[in-house]
Amino acid sequence: MPSSRSSSPPAEPRPAGAAPDDVAVTPAAGPAGAGATPGTVTPELARNGRWYAAGIASVVLAVLAGVMIGPAGPAWWRVPLELLDRLPLVSVDSGVSDIEWNILWSVRMPRVLLGGLVGAMLALAGASYQGVFRNPLVEPYLLGAAAGAGLGATLVFTVMRSATQDWPVDPAPAAAFAVAIITVTVTYLVGGTFGSGRSSVTLVLAGVAVSALASAIQTFILQRNVDVVREVFTWILGRLSTARWADVRLVVPYVAVSSLVLLAHRRHLDVFRVGEDEATTLGAPVARVRLVVVVAATLGTAAVVSVSGLIGFVGIAVPHLVRLVAGASYRRVLPLSFLFGATFLIVADIPGRVLTKPAETPIGVVTAFLGAPFLILVLRTSARRPS
Amino acid sequence: MSTLELRDVAVSYGRREALVPFSETVRSGEWLGLIGPNGAGKSSLLRAIVGVVEARGDVLVDGVSLASCSRRRRAALVAYVPQSPTIPDDMTGFEYVLLGRSPYIGYFGTERREDKEKAAAVLERLELQDFAQRRLGALSGGERQRLVIARALAQEAPILLLDEPTSALDIGHQQQALELVARLREEQGLTVISAMHDLTLAGLYSDRLALLHEGQCVARGAAVDVLQAETLAEFYGVRVTVHHDPDGTVVVIPRRDTL
Repeated sequence: MPSSRSSSPPAEPRPAGAAPDDVAVTPAAGPAGAGATPGTVTPELARNGRWYAAGIASVVLAVLAGVMIGPAGPAWWRVPLELLDRLPLVSVDSGVSDIEWNILWSVRMPRVLLGGLVGAMLALAGASYQGVFRNPLVEPYLLGAAAGAGLGATLVFTVMRSATQDWPVDPAPAAAFAVAIITVTVTYLVGGTFGSGRSSVTLVLAGVAVSALASAIQTFILQRNVDVVREVFTWILGRLSTARWADVRLVVPYVAVSSLVLLAHRRHLDVFRVGEDEATTLGAPVARVRLVVVVAATLGTAAVVSVSGLIGFVGIAVPHLVRLVAGASYRRVLPLSFLFGATFLIVADIPGRVLTKPAETPIGVVTAFLGAPFLILVLRTSARRPS
Repeated sequence: MSTLELRDVAVSYGRREALVPFSETVRSGEWLGLIGPNGAGKSSLLRAIVGVVEARGDVLVDGVSLASCSRRRRAALVAYVPQSPTIPDDMTGFEYVLLGRSPYIGYFGTERREDKEKAAAVLERLELQDFAQRRLGALSGGERQRLVIARALAQEAPILLLDEPTSALDIGHQQQALELVARLREEQGLTVISAMHDLTLAGLYSDRLALLHEGQCVARGAAVDVLQAETLAEFYGVRVTVHHDPDGTVVVIPRRDTL
């Protein structure tokens, strides 16, 4: 190896403004595609910083595109002007009427923001699940959150319709959230009781069983209430289209808490990569980390599913895309999944509202259309690697 | 510099007893070699010490029971090289060795500069710098094995457990890895317990040997006492010639009886 590596001894004290060193080291590491030099922190930080900057920029661009494009409302180029005009101390004549402003602010903006929150949460939860179960094909719905949410919504549209009619809040999200939490709890109890506590295989199998059970009950109920099938499926297939500010306010606290907890565990997920036994010998509190991560990811997933319906593939496609381009360390995968998850869903929501206008293509269909081929690509890539 | 004391350590999987109560004291800086046929309980004993398999009895380090220590404290006392480590393909060598610093990082903490320096120093001492930025999936079995040992050394634990540390290595790398452990033992007073298949190597590097058979310790002592043709024939079912070199080395040579 070139002596340049050993010529940057890690013990060397680094002055506060170490910018020149950055410039010297980063290009050397770059072409090799190898990343940071051991012991030197700054190039690594610089590399991370570039990725985060790209992620944040992508979110901003996606939000802009999201509010600019739609079947009704102002011409797209007037939107940035109008947004500028709304900034304090800036005055631009955008020519947007009040009605158009209402479309922007009350229809498109909550939809875009909700899409961003849902996408970010699903991608982050997916990446976290994949880390904790050490399985690249695990998705946020693994432990029964999806089947539970579907069952909850079905119950509201059918057997509980009359009982919930006078509720001040929309009963479907509440029921979806509640039943999703119940199914995941059952999964965890069953998996934890019969598993060794150290292996997560039983937990995954319990998730499969509980999901199957919830889906069976849902199918049974639907079959006896064929008149609402369409309503239920519209709900299940994802519905960012009806997003209001109330929905955004509803999920923000869940997404915030759950994301912070998950992001705080990103180093632990890197330790998990050597397996739970070896992580134990390295001093990792394996059982606690698994419980906390699963609870946080499930809570966030259930919350977003309850307002948006089941949006598939975000939780698999986005973390894998991040891994392919930015490396597999969870310290990068988690925050970048959060950012690019938001971007992905905001962008995926755009074709749905213009392609078939005035009708809407459900967002769940769009993400599956984009996600399914992607999953195949991932399988192809990982099959070529020696395991 | 730590003494490891095993008091009636026993392991069972369901009804099957993998290890009947086993007691032993390994003094500071001593190397105990565990030998015995497959399934004799060598791995179970090591896994019991490190706490990844449920075990009865007590393991004490300098008189303190490991069961009363926190996970992180345990990991700072005992480092473990598993027989078949899980290798994350897309992790770099440096990231992998850095995992060895986990016992010194708080729950919400992250590696400090000191941890990265120590990981880098271990890589350098083992002459593995070239693999620091390579993906583990792109390395050979021997290179990975040396990185696993590096990770255990980065743990800076006074007690090192090795489960077949050289089974994936060619004869040159076997010697290199074992010499490294021997050197560290001398320099830092490491206490070592290793399970090994190669009887000659086991005798060469260990101070004492313990021969396990079906979960029981059937012979223990110096290599010259344990490695006897009749003993090995009885417990391994093998025909060997045991040759004694003038310098005290015991060489076990498989023999083929021809008619």
